[in-house]
Amino acid sequence: MNFPTNAQPNALAQRMEGPSPAVAVARDLARRGVMIAPASIILGAVFWGTNGALSVALGLGIVVVNFLLAAAMLGYAARISLALMAAAALFGFLIRLGLITIAVLLVRNEPWVELVPLGISLIISHLGLLFWEMRFVSASLAFPGLKPPQNERRVIQEPEMSTQDMGTVQQQEQL
Amino acid sequence: MSTLSQLAALAAEADTTAADDAKNAAAAQGAGYAYGLAAIGPGIGIGYLVGQAVQAMARQPESAGQVQTTMFLGIAFTEALALIGFVVFILLKFV
Repeated sequence: MNFPTNAQPNALAQRMEGPSPAVAVARDLARRGVMIAPASIILGAVFWGTNGALSVALGLGIVVVNFLLAAAMLGYAARISLALMAAAALFGFLIRLGLITIAVLLVRNEPWVELVPLGISLIISHLGLLFWEMRFVSASLAFPGLKPPQNERRVIQEPEMSTQDMGTVQQQEQL
Repeated sequence: MSTLSQLAALAAEADTTAADDAKNAAAAQGAGYAYGLAAIGPGIGIGYLVGQAVQAMARQPESAGQVQTTMFLGIAFTEALALIGFVVFILLKFV
């Protein structure tokens, strides 16, 4: 009888339960997006006028919706299976890229759209929000003692294992 | 003589139009390549990232929350590359 010498955990049989950490991160990003929106819109208005302000607001909105959609897809799929979460991450990337393209192409001929501030706001708000969020996440992951203040801290929920998952892990340990 | 000059003018106009068409086609091709190539790299990166994250979560379910948080941020950072490619595309194509 052949026993596997290097038993691999079965990602198909495992899933995450409880609140999704990705959704918590995306909500945090959306909250920060709302916080930076007035300053960004004012900057857009200063350099490109009213159309620039509207375009910057549109870019910021696209970025925030993109984060929320990504987190919702990952969180929903992770409750079913980790393998489905991987599929959701890959196909979600394509779907969201397509949605962003459609959203921009639909409005590009509108008189209130300036493509340059729209593009700049897409890139800068995306990267800026991520770096801002990463500061808090890395602090709470690497140095729990250096967590940000309570009012700015996002609690990372540890997933609870289901009895099915526990059984799977026990079987793997026995192997 | 006037007929010859008219023909010359028409030929020059046709040359200009052909040059504009070629320039527009080259710009469209460049924009398409920029968008398409910029999406390939992040696709590979997200696939690798998610694969490793799923393996980590399967091996250590107790740390799945931390892994998913890091994975989500990694996906978003990788996606920024595709977003930059998209912005280059719209700027090349429509501005």
